[in-house]
Amino acid sequence: MSDTGTGIGARVKRKEDQRFITGKGNYTDDINLPKQTWAYFVRSPHAHATITSIDASAAKKMPGVVGIFTGDDVAEDKIGGLICGWMIHSKDGSPMKAGPHPILAVGKVRYVGDHVAVVVAETKDQAKAAAAAVQVDYDVLPHVVDVAHAMGHKAQIHDAAPDNRVFNWSIGDEAATDAAFKSAAHVTKIDLVNNRLIPNAMEPRAAIGSYDSGMDHYTLYTTSQNPHVARLVISAFHGLAPEHKLRVIAPDVGGGFGSKIFIYAEEVVCVWASKRIGGRPIKWTAERSESFLADAHGRDHVTHAEMATDANGKITGFKVHTKAAMGAYLSTFASCVPTYLYATLLSGQYAIPNIYAEVDAIYTNTAPVDAYRGAGRPEATYVVERIVETAARELKMDPAEFRRKNFVTQFPHQTPVIMCYDAGDYSAALDKALDIAEYKSFPERKAASAKKGKLRGIGFSAYIEACGIAPSAAIGSLGAGVGLWESAEVRVNPVGTVEVLTGSHSHGQGHETTFAQLVSDRLGIDINNVAIVHGDTDKVQFGMGTYGSRSGAVGMTAISKALDKIEAKAKRVAAAVMEASADDVEFKNGTFTVKGTDKKMAFGEVALSAYVAHKFNSAEIEPGLKESAFHDPSNFVFPAGVHIAEVEIDPDTGVTEVSSYTAVDDFGNVINPMIVEGQVHGGIVQGIGQALAEGCVYDAESGQLLTGSYMDYQMPRAANVPSFKLGFTCTPCPSNPLGMKGCGEAGAIASPAAIMNAVTNALDVKDVPMPATPHVIWKTLQPMKKAAE
Amino acid sequence: MENFNYHRPATTADAVKAMKSAGDGKFMSGGMTLIPTLKQGLASPSDIIDLSGIKNSGVSVGATVVIKGGTTHADVAGSADLKKAIPGLAALAGGIGDPHVRHRGTIGGSVANNDPAADYPSACLGLGATIHTSSRKIAADDFFTGMFSTALEDAEVLEAIEFPIPKVSGYAKFPNPASLYAMVGVFVAQLADGSVRVAVTGAGAGVFRVPEMEAVLAKNFSAAALNGIAVASKNLNVDMHASAEYRAHLITVMAKRAVEAAK
Repeated sequence: MSDTGTGIGARVKRKEDQRFITGKGNYTDDINLPKQTWAYFVRSPHAHATITSIDASAAKKMPGVVGIFTGDDVAEDKIGGLICGWMIHSKDGSPMKAGPHPILAVGKVRYVGDHVAVVVAETKDQAKAAAAAVQVDYDVLPHVVDVAHAMGHKAQIHDAAPDNRVFNWSIGDEAATDAAFKSAAHVTKIDLVNNRLIPNAMEPRAAIGSYDSGMDHYTLYTTSQNPHVARLVISAFHGLAPEHKLRVIAPDVGGGFGSKIFIYAEEVVCVWASKRIGGRPIKWTAERSESFLADAHGRDHVTHAEMATDANGKITGFKVHTKAAMGAYLSTFASCVPTYLYATLLSGQYAIPNIYAEVDAIYTNTAPVDAYRGAGRPEATYVVERIVETAARELKMDPAEFRRKNFVTQFPHQTPVIMCYDAGDYSAALDKALDIAEYKSFPERKAASAKKGKLRGIGFSAYIEACGIAPSAAIGSLGAGVGLWESAEVRVNPVGTVEVLTGSHSHGQGHETTFAQLVSDRLGIDINNVAIVHGDTDKVQFGMGTYGSRSGAVGMTAISKALDKIEAKAKRVAAAVMEASADDVEFKNGTFTVKGTDKKMAFGEVALSAYVAHKFNSAEIEPGLKESAFHDPSNFVFPAGVHIAEVEIDPDTGVTEVSSYTAVDDFGNVINPMIVEGQVHGGIVQGIGQALAEGCVYDAESGQLLTGSYMDYQMPRAANVPSFKLGFTCTPCPSNPLGMKGCGEAGAIASPAAIMNAVTNALDVKDVPMPATPHVIWKTLQPMKKAAE
Repeated sequence: MENFNYHRPATTADAVKAMKSAGDGKFMSGGMTLIPTLKQGLASPSDIIDLSGIKNSGVSVGATVVIKGGTTHADVAGSADLKKAIPGLAALAGGIGDPHVRHRGTIGGSVANNDPAADYPSACLGLGATIHTSSRKIAADDFFTGMFSTALEDAEVLEAIEFPIPKVSGYAKFPNPASLYAMVGVFVAQLADGSVRVAVTGAGAGVFRVPEMEAVLAKNFSAAALNGIAVASKNLNVDMHASAEYRAHLITVMAKRAVEAAK
């Protein structure tokens, strides 16, 4: 920890929170531009239908209507469709079968909520009223919403994928894995469903598109986690305008959890249609019910897994087959989530010599599915940790010791599924977690619960994830359409204050605080003299945005590299001013000194000297103090840890109470422990939500979204979670100079498996489907009660 | 939301008059159900007659308890006199919705709306309350006529509810995990004459009594007396949150808990 108390490792209160909690944030919906109009989208009421006609003539006459546009207008302007930026090839070598994804429907709608037309009017109410008057005639087609039954279903969603299968991808060595199963002493099998989730960011998506005819230039305000990628895609793929003619601004963004990574139809429509109405800005803010219908959802996997063990309880083989729902269209990163972000983590924390996984990605008549907090890694952890727990039970081994026996202990460790783990100490985390959770006295607590008529269970989740995404060349070889480096620019002002321009994007993570801590630590300046600038393509030259727990390991490393350059340049300036050799200048705690002398200059003085430029030769040293850097990581980072959940179930009602939750995580070096703990808390709550509460349900018969509001979609509440017991271990990450891993997704990755292992332990059953609502638990108990009678 | 004419009369008589001259009028008290319904476009009345301008709030405890229609849930829950007279009713009010709802929603609005998942109807039926309206008095047994329907005429205002003071009463609710409305709520009261009433909300199309439970509890007012007594699942609600069988099971569990909580 630094002397100033605001450096690396300090529990600095979040600088941004003052404005957020006093209503002074600047979110997209807070912005209103002169002459602004409002958009409202006409959405499909059907899961799957042919559009036979769209008649907007009556709606056009409604009060305040400025324009009504359909897919025909989009086509007329040659605006391209939404893209999926990661090419996956099937195991037979064929490329994935992607159907078109127009920003306004052409010919067909494919899920309830699909964007059919847009009404632009003077006010939101007028736009909404006119949207209700747009007559769309549909011929309803057969539909399928359930991924388990969608392959080969009579509802054929895209011509490009006749059996609804987008790809059949595989990873690992099938023959070697089969051989391992042949010689196994025991095989554990499990069927699991990873339930579909709706992201529910606190701020609904919003956009304002604006066209300046004088400059022939577009501006888009949008709720994005990566405004530069949005600009790149809207320029290069939608073909709206070249990048220098399009500015994308993502101001304060109120949560994303992945759902705001993607490029969505609504934002593209707003910025495109602005030109159509003569350059007046067009604003759209999702109603909450639109968020339920049309934000990209998460998870939705159906998996069969088998694990082979030898006579000594060592895992010798692991086979997984997953059906992954894509929804009705391939969203921006949909294809990489159930493949390279999922199956590459199937080795978990274990030394498993043989792994083979096959994934069928399948279209369904539902909202698109894409990355949601953890993106593939929670699904992988769920499969690995549920089957490992089940195997331990079948082998009558203690689940902690079964895990320990199979832990990777030598690093680096190359798994059979691409990943090379660089550092970790999994036993240390397990020991600490067992201690904090008071594992040894669990039987006493179970007995005490039984006395009250309650069923108590304990469950483990020893997760690993790969984040800090990602090495560009590596992911390029796997099909990614972009590189995942990050950029930073450090601008030192003449008075010594600093602006950091970063390509990372903060939408709740607290970058304005943690990034400033790094600068305060490195330059020895007050944290209040550091401003973090992000989210505007006119200010920050380029960046890849924030997701995949990458802003610390990748984004801050870029800043650190720029700070290295600042220090080097400042030393040259200081040397010139103090008439010393640059090699003799030392920099510590914000002061430049000359070795062996009492000469010194404060950082601010050097900054001023750099800009005044009176005391050095400008032919040798350029005036000014501004440096930039790009950082491309050499590997993923591998946070890991052990979570232990304890639940108490009321068999009379089926209610599950999370009695205790322990999380021990290894995030490497930590910048701000308070913010890290907050990330862990939030992640665990989302995971508890997935395990016990949240489940997106489409009605099989009608294709309608049944959980379309908070009346039916249960979010976890504060009262549903205990006070978490956190612990940390630290093996610094060797692939970045700060030794950081990532903490943003870990809680959500680990916790569903811990909770469900505890629930199944309490009920003494192999599986209970998520969300394990009281009704689900009660139904599980009924046959057991009958058998006991 | 569609446009409507807004009235805020100062007397019940004016409210009735306004309703009679409205094309398709709606009374509004706290607006906790009506406003979301308007926003979703599920109702578009021509006129809204807001009853909040009528000074009609308060809990008075004498030989019976009279709660005026405009009394908020928070005021019912917080009434010291009511906590002594009918603690089960005060506790029920304290568990409705969330603090926002409890400070805005009213007992009259809730009872007149008769949402099948509302809490108050079970207390009215479970205590054998009498509903006082702008034109008459109606026994709770005759008041609740089905899902969102009551014996109220179109231009009849619910003015107050009169509750007899029981020996003991209790309420136990199993909330819908998402909405927190009652998925099953059971109000149990042992009245002054020793008779017992058991009223169930949330589980069916509307609030209903359970005579089998009432009979055994009248003989032996204990949770154990309810062992083995279950409501048939046949006419209970079915939705994604609970099967009819689960609701039937919960009725017995919640009835026992209401008896245990009764004081």
